[in-house]
Amino acid sequence: MSIAATQKRGFGAVLWDYLTTVDHKKIAQLYLIAGGIFFLFGGIEAMLIRIQLIKPDNDFVSAGTYNELITMHGTTMIFLAAMPLIFALMNVAVPLQIGARDVAFPFLNSLGFWLFLFGGLILNCSWFLGGAPDSGWTGYAPLSTTSPGHGVDYYVIGLQIAGAGTLIGGINFLVTVVNMRAPGMTYMRMPLFTWAAFIASVLILFAFPALTVGLFLLMFDRMFDTAFFDVSLGGNTIVWQHLFWVFGHPEVYILILPLFGVFSDVFSTFAKKRLFGYTAMVFATILIAFLGFMVWAHHMFTVGLGPVANTIFSLATMAIAVPTGIKIFGWLATLWGGNITINSAMLWALGFIPSFTIGGMTGVMVATVAADYQYHDTYFVVAHFHYVIVGGTIFGIFAGLHYWWPKMFGRILHEGLGKLTFWTFFIGFHLTFFIQHFLGLMGMPRRYWVFHAGDHLETGNLISTIGALFMAFAVIVFVINVIVTARGPKAPDDPWDGRTLEWATASPPAHYNFKQTPLVRGLDPLWIEKMDGNGKITPAEPLGDIHMPNGSFLPFLFSLGLFISGFGFIYQTDNKAWLIVMIGGLAFSAAMMFVRSMKDDLGYHITKEELEREAD
Amino acid sequence: MKGWMGKFRALSLLGLLALVLAGCGRENLTALKPKGYGAETSLHLIILTTVVMSLVLLVVAIVYITVLIRFRKKKGKEDFIPKQVEGNRTLETVWTIIPIILLIIIAVPTTIATFDLASTKGEKDHLNVEVTGNQYWWHFNYKGEDIQTSQDLYVPTGEKVYLNMKSSDVIHSFWVPSIAGKMDVNPENENTMYIEVNEEGVYWGKCAEFCGPAHSLMDFKIIAVSPDKFDQWVSDMKDVDPDAVAGSKTAKEGEKLFQDNNCMGCHAVGSSPVQVGPNLTDFGNRTKVAGVLDNTKENVVDWIMDPDSIKPGNKMSGNYPELSKDEASKIADYLMELKPSKVTPESAGE
Repeated sequence: MSIAATQKRGFGAVLWDYLTTVDHKKIAQLYLIAGGIFFLFGGIEAMLIRIQLIKPDNDFVSAGTYNELITMHGTTMIFLAAMPLIFALMNVAVPLQIGARDVAFPFLNSLGFWLFLFGGLILNCSWFLGGAPDSGWTGYAPLSTTSPGHGVDYYVIGLQIAGAGTLIGGINFLVTVVNMRAPGMTYMRMPLFTWAAFIASVLILFAFPALTVGLFLLMFDRMFDTAFFDVSLGGNTIVWQHLFWVFGHPEVYILILPLFGVFSDVFSTFAKKRLFGYTAMVFATILIAFLGFMVWAHHMFTVGLGPVANTIFSLATMAIAVPTGIKIFGWLATLWGGNITINSAMLWALGFIPSFTIGGMTGVMVATVAADYQYHDTYFVVAHFHYVIVGGTIFGIFAGLHYWWPKMFGRILHEGLGKLTFWTFFIGFHLTFFIQHFLGLMGMPRRYWVFHAGDHLETGNLISTIGALFMAFAVIVFVINVIVTARGPKAPDDPWDGRTLEWATASPPAHYNFKQTPLVRGLDPLWIEKMDGNGKITPAEPLGDIHMPNGSFLPFLFSLGLFISGFGFIYQTDNKAWLIVMIGGLAFSAAMMFVRSMKDDLGYHITKEELEREAD
Repeated sequence: MKGWMGKFRALSLLGLLALVLAGCGRENLTALKPKGYGAETSLHLIILTTVVMSLVLLVVAIVYITVLIRFRKKKGKEDFIPKQVEGNRTLETVWTIIPIILLIIIAVPTTIATFDLASTKGEKDHLNVEVTGNQYWWHFNYKGEDIQTSQDLYVPTGEKVYLNMKSSDVIHSFWVPSIAGKMDVNPENENTMYIEVNEEGVYWGKCAEFCGPAHSLMDFKIIAVSPDKFDQWVSDMKDVDPDAVAGSKTAKEGEKLFQDNNCMGCHAVGSSPVQVGPNLTDFGNRTKVAGVLDNTKENVVDWIMDPDSIKPGNKMSGNYPELSKDEASKIADYLMELKPSKVTPESAGE
């Protein structure tokens, strides 16, 4: 574990190392820690929501606080937990899987992380500075434009900054995959996780600008008295919904596609088989991404767009079931005839199949427009999207973490605790969300602070809350696992008998990843070498000097400038003196950009001699 | 692992049992026992898609369980290396085409139902009600009838009623699960949907679009009565003389207090249109106070004394002079006597 290895240098040095690092593996750790902490925040919010709904007409939290909780739970889980945890996996695996020494833009990689972190911090500062946003994670106008206090301002500014970080991160992975692949690593030899990360990055590139635009309009309405969403002045509130879902629908594929990649890698590794129908799986992924952009208005079936629009979006949405089905059957066929090892990583992947199939099945159901008039905005939809986001994304993140933990930290997570985590989470998950399908149909709209005694919704809500307690317990076990594992034995370089290039490096890899860039001779390159009896990857180049980028404190400072400026933006509506903070922060960030542009930073070289001295 | 599996079974059984005990939810609130045309249409599609999708789930489950039983690592064969299969064109084609066929089976009735439910063909020949969504109450204006009500919407059974819906503030959504699917109520444009109720009854309505602190308390009712009773109700509601209502002494005092304390600034009794607060013409006949409390005098008094404790964020709190309990009680007496029609929720079988 690199933290342990560097501890000899003292806390200050380690801290400085992480504040300035541009190494994708350390940035992955940063994403994991930050995303993990936000995941705990989001989880606590979820538990408070479930406690409030444990019995009818409960007054555990007030209506206002409840609305803040649901808003922050959704926003936190999507933007501050799921996205960074996915970025953690992408950072740890993508460069290694394509045989690269780093990402294309190491500096931007760090900048992306710090922007996300400071954006998330702004958002969460709202809890302590006068109230969190309370207009739902979707922030529908005019509820969001007219919401009193500064909660929604925090939402706008926080998401804008975090979103910029995500966009930068996405672009970085696009360029990395296009430009940094090792010799022989053609597109059709890339592991499915890299493929999925690549396609998710395309989605980020096209979807996040829509969010950016939407947030700008909302920001100007709230802070500078424009009227984009003010109907009395000629604005239109439906425009927000279109902008939000043009981003928001692709976002759910950004959240699931990389994990489809994780499952593909995990299944083929632990079934000891190459992925069944590789080409079809790749094209199914591309097709899902493409269709993901065409269907945003299925979130708006009840808005009153008319039957023509509703039908078109309904049918387009159903069509996504076809490539998704191809993937599900592709995974099953991968397992078929395999020699399957079931360990914690594999358990999450196996648990995903029935869970996600149910989520996909209810997905087609909610796409059925005239039936959706009943499902829309009820607990049926809550159940559906938790089935896909938890049953897909969160299961996938856990699978990926158990799978790549040895690569990230040089340790293998404890198997017994891993299985305990899985089973309690899996049971809790189905207990919580399955029954919510029925709650919705029985007349429980989502975002309800209370339901009434006598509405026959008591039992379902009680069971749901009990399930949530199971999930909370599972997460605590996972945290214990991480702590226990940190003192555990060191992991071998290739603990799972892996098939892809990341398992050809040390655990954890050296900061330059590969001493010599590997030569890729086909799909599952490490497996090919193993089958040929080499056991080691053939290098594509003679041993030579390696060029490495220098660390930099500028990304942290740049993000800090925007963080400070954010408070200026938020509070200048109360007192114009805050304009100084707003402009000052922006100027500071601009100065950091100037420094970055003017200073020649050519990095450094690890010489051939140094590499030769290191043990092989 | 066996122990966990056992626990899982026990828990799923418990869940299933609970579901059976709970039935399909509260009569006249659940979408699973439709009492109106829209809800029936939706339920047919819900059942169709559930059946089709369950078939898919079944196939996946069979393959999945088979895989888990047959292809787990076995003792003595730990080092077995399976055949590295590339793919199978036939299989892949089959699992592409079958889902497409299944989707077409769903898509056709979906399209027909969608156009059916959006049809406005008979709008002119039927009753039209202007619905206004407000934080956190509903207003109904019967077009061409000069009738204004709030919270309780009376409709005749067996007839189409067209609802022209608009919001006065944020977005709401009109939803009576057992009658029809929901339709958003937007501030910028009028959305139209029709409802058709099959049998008499009081149906629970909810606001389904997140609209602020009291979102979960924005309840309303559809009261469906036979066409005869509905005609009776219409004629009763047309000739309401607000001043002639109060009978008892306290109610008369209450009426005066109601006027003196500027309640009329927001509320109206009779058929004058309202801007800020609910129309109170038939308050005495209402099923609920503020949408959520039983219509008893104590509840009315509590509501008048401190609305915010019952419905957080409502626009009545703090907008009238403070009242003593005695004054509130008199106003309550007056309001409870506002019963212009003999056709009440009770006559719908409640």
